This record gives sequence, C-alpha cells and structure tokens, in this order.
Amino acid sequence: MAGEVVLLDFWASMFGMRVRVALAEKGVKYEYKEEDLRNKSPLLLQMNPIHKKIPVLIHNGKPICESLIIVQYIDEVWHDRAPLLPSDPYQRAQARFWADFIDKKMYDSGRKVWTTKGDEQEAGKKEFLDNLKTLEAELGDKPYFGGDRFGFADIALVGFYCWFHAYETFGNFSVEAECPKLIAWAKRCMEKESVSKSLPDQKKVYEFVAQMRKNFGVE
Amino acid sequence: MSSKEEVLILDFWGSPFCMRVKIALNEKGVGYESREENLFGGKSELLLSSNPIYQKVPVLLHNGKPLSESSIIVDYINETWPSPPLLPSCPYEKAQAKFWVDFIDKKVFEAGGNIWRSNGEALEQAKQEFIEILKQLEEVLGDSDFFGGKAFGFVDIIAIPLTSWFLAYEKFGGFKVEDHCPKFSAWIKRCLQRDTVAKAIPDSEKVYELVAQLRKMNGIE
Repeated sequence: MAGEVVLLDFWASMFGMRVRVALAEKGVKYEYKEEDLRNKSPLLLQMNPIHKKIPVLIHNGKPICESLIIVQYIDEVWHDRAPLLPSDPYQRAQARFWADFIDKKMYDSGRKVWTTKGDEQEAGKKEFLDNLKTLEAELGDKPYFGGDRFGFADIALVGFYCWFHAYETFGNFSVEAECPKLIAWAKRCMEKESVSKSLPDQKKVYEFVAQMRKNFGVE
Repeated sequence: MSSKEEVLILDFWGSPFCMRVKIALNEKGVGYESREENLFGGKSELLLSSNPIYQKVPVLLHNGKPLSESSIIVDYINETWPSPPLLPSCPYEKAQAKFWVDFIDKKVFEAGGNIWRSNGEALEQAKQEFIEILKQLEEVLGDSDFFGGKAFGFVDIIAIPLTSWFLAYEKFGGFKVEDHCPKFSAWIKRCLQRDTVAKAIPDSEKVYELVAQLRKMNGIE
C-alpha cells in the first residue's frame, strides 16, 4: 500500500486538483511535480504516451492516467480510510454518472466562455449555466452530491470553483446569482482542508486565464 | 439476491452501446427483458423519464431503478452480479482496463462516424485515423486472446459491439480492416465465437443498411 507516489500536474488544472483532493482525503504523502505544458517533460511523455496530458499518478514507478480513473484507483489502494465512493453499486453508478456528466460538459462549455466573444460567447455562457443548473438540481438540498459524505462527484466538480471568478469576469455573469446552492456547496467543500489546500487562489487563476486570452488573441 | 429480479433494457437493435449491456448480462447469466425504442419516430415516456439528462439508449432498469451510460451500466452489472468477474481485482490492472475503456469510448465510434459521414478527401483522412486507432488497440492486445488477457472481460465487452458497424465503414471507406489490422480481425472472430456475444450482435449487413439510411438522412452521397 505504501510506496512512492508522484503526481505530474499543472497548478491550474481542475483535473489535477481532483487527484490532489483525493490524495489529501486519504492522507497520502506524495511528490508533486509541476509540468510546463508548453514544454512537457520526458517523464510525462513516457508515462502518458497516448494522451500526453496531466494529471498522471506514478505509484511505485507505474503510471495511472485520466483523473477520474486515478481517483478510483486511489480509493481502492487506500481503501481503509475516507471512502470516496459509496459501497452500494447503484449509488456508485450514480456517482460515476454525475462525474462523467461533469467531465463531458463543464470544461468545454467553460472554455467557450473565456476563449470567445459575441454570439459565440453568449451561447457558451448559456450552455455553461444550463450545465451548472442541472448539477444544482441534482444536488438539491443535500450537503454533497453523494448525500452526507463528500465524495466522487464532489471531487469531480470542486476544482472548477476556483475558475468561476475568471469565467464570471470574462463572461460578465455571476454564478452565485444563477446558482446560489452550488456556491453554498462549493464553500462547504472549501471548509475541508483537503480541498482548500488543493485549489489555487481564484485571483491567480484569473490572471492565468487573462494571460492565455492575450496569447490566443481573444482580447 | 432475490429470485424475482426485474431487469429491463431500453434498447435499439443497431446501437453498439445497447449491445454492451446485453453481452454483460449474458456473461453473468442474468435474464432480462428488452424493449425496442423507436429512435426515429418517438422516444417512449419511460425512456425520457428514466434518462432525462441525455434521453438516450441504453437505459438499464433494475427493479425499476434506472441507470444510463453504457460503460457505467456494465460496471454496475459487474459489481451487482460478481461472478464471473469482468475486471481484474488488482487495482493497477483494473485502472489500466478502465483507461482502455475510456480510450475506446472516446475514439472508435467517433472515428467510424467520420468515415460514414464524409466524402472525398475528408473520407480518406477519416479512414487513416480510424486504422491508426485500431493499430493502437492491436498493440494493447499484443499476443493475448482478449483485452482481458486469457479471459474475455470488460474491455472486450466495450469494444466488440462497435465492430458490428465495421462492415459499413469498410463499404463506404473502400477498405478492409483485416488487410490493415489482422490481429484485431482475429480478435473480432474470437469474440463472435462466444454465444454470449453472438446473440447480442446483429447481422453486419443489417447495420450497413441502417448506416446507409443515416447517410441519406444526413444528406451525404
């Protein structure tokens, strides 16, 4: 169970944050290696030859790729504490369904908000907010997506919270105005040390996105 | 487990995603009822209420409780009826299997779709990309009988139904998978020898006619 744990990551990646949160929930010590995504390390290219993306978890020298797969792996290896998935198969399937929804919908619609202008941006905004509203409806009055316990679907979504300030500023909208319950959920998650220590400051993310917009010539 | 289990699939005969669910249940020896949806005419109330987010097949209703997304459904089937196991028990091997399921899910059907949806230069490129993906999967297979190793498993279940559309890709693309990826072809034949698989997969000629119809509907000729 113990052994060498290395995480290849990028500080602003909401996918990398999922793995950081999972490792923190389990109290696992690991070495964090920051990747320059414009100049990927030979280690990254060797460990993830198919997608060449972060995050990659390297456990005892063996790589695991794709953030949600990594989180499930972490849950299984360090199975004696802080379960991240429910034990009931139906509830596990629900958790996986919502994590998959978040994977399919959130990044692309959010990306449209900060990389486009005019009509295209308006369409992206609408899509992004519709997706958040769907998630808010699923959350309902529960403290977390899985119910009373912080878990898999929460981990899948929470990294996007530190990107909201950037989306809101460039898209000219307020997530709190549209989805107050979701913001309440996010703040609840941020009270957990495993989350607050894994997410970067939203101002830093905003500055990063502002720079990327300049690089892409969006301004 | 009670003997009176209600297992219902909301189905479409040509959907590889539905075939995955049927094969998984067959492998586990679980009986089920399947209800054909009319995807062109009008989706049933049950489908729309069971899968409000995507409104797609397959939906598995287990004792009335709905599940959607084929790979997630197969995972559920594996966990609910543990024998025979479709995934390795070792967490690392399991993660590798899930990685390839994700790769196949992201790449194969879309690449095939790029073939039947296009013409001319775009079609040639789509063909090349499709063959590259199969070659990548051939490397993963190596010299094993199945993606699961000696035993037919999760990755095989996710992949084999997609091959029911290959004849259509071959006819519209003017190529044969066997010429470029003989190992992959051999794996297809091996899987189709399993009764649990053969009875869930429709005739390729019927699928070809379906795809031809879809091409017309999409205005491609």
